Amino acid sequence: MNGFLSAISGLGRKVISSIERMGRGQIFLFHTIMSTGVIFKEFSLLVKQMHSVGVLSIQIIAVSGLTVGMVLSLQGYNTLVDFGAEQSLGQMVALSLVREMGPVLTALLFAGRAGSALTAEIGLMKVTEQLPAMEIMAVDPYRKIIAPRFYAGLISMPLLAAIFSAIGVLGGYLVGVELLGVDSGAFWSQMQSKVGFYEDIVNGVIKSIVFGLVVTWIAVYEGHDAAPTTEGVSRATTRTVVNSAFAVLGLDFILTALMFGGA
Amino acid sequence: MMSRAKLELAVGTFVAIGLIALLFLAMKVSTVSSFSGGDGYEISANFENIGGLKVRAPVMMAGVRIGEVSDISLDGDTFEARVAFVLARQYKLPIDTSAAIFTSGLLGEQYISLEAGGDDANLKSGDVIKLSQSAMVLEQVLGQFLFSKAAGDE
Repeated sequence: MNGFLSAISGLGRKVISSIERMGRGQIFLFHTIMSTGVIFKEFSLLVKQMHSVGVLSIQIIAVSGLTVGMVLSLQGYNTLVDFGAEQSLGQMVALSLVREMGPVLTALLFAGRAGSALTAEIGLMKVTEQLPAMEIMAVDPYRKIIAPRFYAGLISMPLLAAIFSAIGVLGGYLVGVELLGVDSGAFWSQMQSKVGFYEDIVNGVIKSIVFGLVVTWIAVYEGHDAAPTTEGVSRATTRTVVNSAFAVLGLDFILTALMFGGA
Repeated sequence: MMSRAKLELAVGTFVAIGLIALLFLAMKVSTVSSFSGGDGYEISANFENIGGLKVRAPVMMAGVRIGEVSDISLDGDTFEARVAFVLARQYKLPIDTSAAIFTSGLLGEQYISLEAGGDDANLKSGDVIKLSQSAMVLEQVLGQFLFSKAAGDE
C-alpha cells in the first residue's frame, strides 16, 4: 500500500516539475524577447554568435543536403521509371526537399550541431559562476549572453534550411540528369510548373523559422536551467537534442497538416 | 580567436549564400503564379462535368498556356460546375469563344482548352463563356462502348 502511494506521489512530482519547467521556459522566453534591443545596440554580439551558430554549421548542412538530394533522386528514379514518369523526378525531389526534408532535417542537424553547443556553453558559464558574476556587476546576462544567441539561431535556421534545399535540388539534378539521363529541360520545367512560390517555398520558410525558434529556445533555456554541475551540463545537453527532435517532429506534423492538409 | 573583420566577412558570406539559396528556390525551382493578381482578367464557364479538373490547372489556346483555373464551384440553380479562370491581360478573345476540358496524354492532368470564335466583340472581365464541352469521363465512355457492343451483338 505504501509502495503504491509513493508511486502515485512520484508520478505527481514528475508532472508538477515538468509543468514548472515549462512555466520557467516561458518566463525565460519572455525575458529574452524583452532584451531584443541589445542586438540593435550591440550588433557585434549578434555577428559573433551568427558565426558560431550559422557559419560553422554550413559544412554539415551542405553535405547532408547534397547527399539527401542525390539519394532522393536515385530512389525516386527507380520508382518513377516503372511508370514512365521519370520526367517528374525534378518535381518530386524539389517538393520533398522544400516542404519537408529541408526544414526538418536542417532543424535536427541544427539541434545537434549548434543547439548542443549553445546549451553546453551557457551551462558551463553557470557552472563556473560567470552568470551570477555578471549579475553582481549589474550586467544583464539576458542581454549579453542569451538574447544574441537566441536571435542568431532564429536568423540562421531559415538561411541554413534554404541552403539545404537549394543544394539538395542541385544534388538531385546531378544524379537525375547527369547520371541517370533524365531530360534536363523536363527536370526543371516539371519542377517549376508544380512547385508554387507561395504554397511551397514560403510555407517551407515559415516552417524553418518556427523550427529555428523552438530549437534555439530549447537550447538556450536548457543551458540556463542546467544544474550547475558537470553532470547537470551533460544532462542538459542531452535534453536539448532529444527535446528539440521531439518538438521539431511533432510540430512538423501539425504544420504540414495546417499548410498542405487540404491539398 | 578570429579577428573582427574576418568574423564579419564570414557572417556576411553566410547570409549572402542563404539569400542566394532562397532566390534560387524562388526563381529556378518554383514559379509565382503569373496569371493571378492584377495582370489578368477573370472569366468563367459552366460545365456539366469537370472530371478531375483542379484549381491552378492550365488554360490553353492552340496549345499555348494563356491562363489558369482560379476557382471551381457548383452552381446551385443548374447543378453544373462553374469554373472561373484568369487569363493573361494581353490575350483578347472573341465573345463566342468555346471552352472544353481535355486531358494531356492518356493519364495526364486535365486542362481547359479554348477555341476562338469569329465575333468582333471581346470577352471582358466577369463574362461567362456559353459554349462548353464537358470532360471525358473514362468510365462513361467505357460504359457506352460496352453498351453499344452488347446492342450490336443482338
